Amino acid sequence: MSNSHNIVRVSGVTKVFKLRKHNVEALRGVDLEIRAGEYLSIMGPSGSGKSTLFNMIGGLDKPSSGKVFIDEVDIAQLDAYELAWLRCRKIGYIFQTFNLIQVMTALENITLPMIFAGIHNDAAVEKGLGLLEVVGLGDRFQHKPSELSGGQQQRVAIARAMANDPAIILADEPTGNLDLTTGEEIIELLKRLSEEKGVTVISATHDFKMLSVSDRVVWIRDGRIDKVEEREQLTISVGEIAPRS
Amino acid sequence: MVLPFRKSLEISFQSIRIRFFRSMITTMSLVLAVSFLSFVLVGTDTANGLLQTQDPKYRQALVRAGYDLEPGATSTGSSAKERWIVILSLLVCVVGIVNAQLMAVTERFREIGTFKCLGALDSFVLRLFVLEAGMQGLAGAGVGALLGTVAALLNSLIRFGLVAWKHVYWLAVAKSIVFAVAIGCVLSLLGVLYPAIVAARMQPVEAMRVEQ
Ligand SMILES: Nc1ncnc2c1ncn2[C@@H]1O[C@H](COP(=O)(O)OP(=O)(O)O)[C@@H](O)[C@H]1O
Ligand SMILES: [Mg+2]
Repeated sequence: MSNSHNIVRVSGVTKVFKLRKHNVEALRGVDLEIRAGEYLSIMGPSGSGKSTLFNMIGGLDKPSSGKVFIDEVDIAQLDAYELAWLRCRKIGYIFQTFNLIQVMTALENITLPMIFAGIHNDAAVEKGLGLLEVVGLGDRFQHKPSELSGGQQQRVAIARAMANDPAIILADEPTGNLDLTTGEEIIELLKRLSEEKGVTVISATHDFKMLSVSDRVVWIRDGRIDKVEEREQLTISVGEIAPRS
Repeated sequence: MVLPFRKSLEISFQSIRIRFFRSMITTMSLVLAVSFLSFVLVGTDTANGLLQTQDPKYRQALVRAGYDLEPGATSTGSSAKERWIVILSLLVCVVGIVNAQLMAVTERFREIGTFKCLGALDSFVLRLFVLEAGMQGLAGAGVGALLGTVAALLNSLIRFGLVAWKHVYWLAVAKSIVFAVAIGCVLSLLGVLYPAIVAARMQPVEAMRVEQ
């Protein structure tokens, strides 16, 4: 892994939300390099700027200053079409609130990004069924999101995020709306997929269960990176942290 | 990045079917306005049918029913006052549709944001909303035109007797129905235009919003 390239590079990124009375500095200068294929967790207390950073990396929001590069391309330079392409083909998003399209079945949710990508319907259905199998919901393809439990919905969302074989999976609090065991299963699944398919997983979370599977953890506090820990260093600090969680 | 037309139709139709109650409320003002429009149009058609008979008895009956007839006229249109009321009701209907559709867009922020995260272009979102409105317009205007026509025909039956139906020019009635449906569709599309643009411009980051 040490010789793999940087798939994401964040350089001097700040983000200021201008509110009517005052400004909120959500990010105060973040520099970060993310290696292809690693499982990276962005950890920090609520309000520390994890989601804001996540949105910058995912091309969902623009930094106030600084740059975000994906595969060494400055995403601020992309036009609307190229951004849509990036979101469709290069990045898979996983949300705290699952965000399945409520009017579509599990299978239709998974095939949608493939249809956007121009894949023929039959091929998309076949691949979608395969992905549902992979996340352990092979028999639920005709179910609507409202007929699935939270954990099952998140599995469908993970299958959807994998649909176009993205290089990066971005997950913002993927276990935030799940109970302990279901959350663990989702983390396991993400880890397994990252190993099998070699995708880079970046997840923003304050869930300490995520630590054990991470290759690297970025601790963020008040919009700044506090420290970055490699897996080996982690085992030591987890000992200190675990009792508190 | 593509969204085939057939797939857009499928998604829009599904959206309406699943949110049936909501779609019905959005469409209700259209149904009412279009049925009023076709009631007036078809009412005029039956009056014209009676006038064609040249029978002074029917002519008097028409004048009593409130038609302004010039001496010797062989056809009539709706009165200016009636026209204004129809136009006004259509305008109110458009405002109602804009309001209902804007609310629908606000409610569906997460769905729209998610679409964009999956790679939808602005034009896909716009197309989905326009298609939905088109289908709602067609269905709502169809039902409205039917209601209005039935009401106008029954009304003329009660007022003038079966003779009104004997002399009515059915082609003119059919034309009125088609015209009313077309107007209904145009209004539905007009009403969704601004809300659809708002939806299309929505940022993908909206999908991430978590209400506390
Ligand atoms: N759209 C926004 N408008 C104004 N302030 C925001 C917005 N999004 C986030 N913030 C503020 O930015 C800070 C960081 O938020 P966020 O990135 O969501 O934190 P986290 O995900 O770590 O809980 C918080 O103080 C939050 O109130
Ligand atoms: Mg957050």
